[in-house]
Amino acid sequence: MSALLQVRELDARHGLLQAVRQVSFELAEGETLALVGANGAGKSTLLRAIAGAHRAAAGRIVFDGHDITAMAAHRRVKAGIALVPEGRRLFPNLTVEENLRVAEASGRGGGWSVEAVFEVFPLIAPLRRKRAATLSGGEQQATAIGRALMTNPRLLLLDELSLGLAPVVVEAVYRSILDLIEGGTTIVLVEQDLARAMSVADRVACMLEGRFVLEGSRGELTREQVTEAYFGLRRQEATA
Amino acid sequence: MTWVAAVVHGILLGGFYALLASGLALMFGVMRIINLAHGSLALIGAYMAFLLTEHLHISTYLALAPVLPGALVVGYLLQRTMLERSLRAGELVPLLTTFGLLIVIANLLQQFFSPDVHSLDAGSIGPASWHVSSELSIPWFDVLTLAIAFTVLGGLQLVLRFTQLGRELRATAEDADTAELVGVNARAVYARATAIAVAIAALAGVFYGMRSAFDPNAGANELLYAFEAVVIGGMGSLWGTLGGGIALAVSQEIGAQINQEYFALGGHLVFLAVLVARSAASAPRIRYALRRFA
Repeated sequence: MSALLQVRELDARHGLLQAVRQVSFELAEGETLALVGANGAGKSTLLRAIAGAHRAAAGRIVFDGHDITAMAAHRRVKAGIALVPEGRRLFPNLTVEENLRVAEASGRGGGWSVEAVFEVFPLIAPLRRKRAATLSGGEQQATAIGRALMTNPRLLLLDELSLGLAPVVVEAVYRSILDLIEGGTTIVLVEQDLARAMSVADRVACMLEGRFVLEGSRGELTREQVTEAYFGLRRQEATA
Repeated sequence: MTWVAAVVHGILLGGFYALLASGLALMFGVMRIINLAHGSLALIGAYMAFLLTEHLHISTYLALAPVLPGALVVGYLLQRTMLERSLRAGELVPLLTTFGLLIVIANLLQQFFSPDVHSLDAGSIGPASWHVSSELSIPWFDVLTLAIAFTVLGGLQLVLRFTQLGRELRATAEDADTAELVGVNARAVYARATAIAVAIAALAGVFYGMRSAFDPNAGANELLYAFEAVVIGGMGSLWGTLGGGIALAVSQEIGAQINQEYFALGGHLVFLAVLVARSAASAPRIRYALRRFA
């Protein structure tokens, strides 16, 4: 099976700071990849570069056989890439329903509709006419995921879903993510919680200072290996 | 009774200011662009209607049929060729760009149409009015203008509230980067907003030409009143703009009631009072900021 997403030697910068360095990986249709790593390791920037919210400084991004490196973000959405950004980034003065329906701009047909989103996230169904600014963190996260789903994505990029949420809510959010994974959606997710990342993803990649320092399928990697890579222990041993 | 007449005329004139100001409010609300060329674009609409009525001998109202779609196209191209680049260069650059545009338009109009005053025929409704009493008469044309202002603002409100374009406009106004991430082409949305704003400006310009004589430099004056209406109404809110236009015009008419020369002064005073009240409301924050430096 050919890869849905190919990232080749990707560089991304914030001014002088190089946040993503020479990252290469492939993702097959239906696969789930978890990105782990410390704050500032470049995980969010990598997701934003794939979604088109951050310009790549070098390298190539190929989606479904097409080079999308120079494509505008809204055209990548039309191609089937959706990002749930860090911090939700809802439109605060639009209602929940309006937030979802803005995403109809993508013009991608498919199974997702406002009602379908409310079926998956029943907690936001009664809030459809409420302004997004008035929602709790969990309700906002559900709306943000729903908004991304409204574009009927083939590739879903999830950035720090559990950030700032109560454990109970995180549990509920992840149950719906598992449904999506079982439904065959291809997912890249950034997750601080290592155990959770390793429980949902087929593959785990650990980032350190902008690079992939460890990558493998769930069965191959142990918690200890990932933890070492997370803190850069092995590399320090090598240089010592 | 004369005071009642002043207020009634003020409300009617406020409708015209609101019509002129709504495009300004729309562009500010969506893109944070203060379009200094807005009055000049309105004036182009008036001159285009003048050309059509002169050469084709059609009524001014019929001339709107080609002028408004033309203005949509002009607005779209204006955004795509000039304002979009200016926006990328920073907040102040669109201000400079549109200021330059104001001067260029005034000079071009002077070149093609001479500095003489022109006017547009308002048809049979123009001189007609309803005599309520010996001191109060209501010109039908002013009522028509207010009704059009209501229709335009109401229509705009409905579009913003209930259509996909409206949702995309509001989403882009709140967070353009995130709007892009859910599939909205922010640049196309901006261009459509400017197209609508320029079309409403042209409509206001044609009505301006029917209510008074105009010359190539009238754009800047009219802009001033539209701008005051937007600020009084609370930047970027549509119904606020209607309220602002009416508040401005009523205070102008009341000023004129006190002394003919106080027409503009009355409006400016209310404008200044609103500005002072706004800055007083934010004064605690300013004082706090100053204390931190002291």
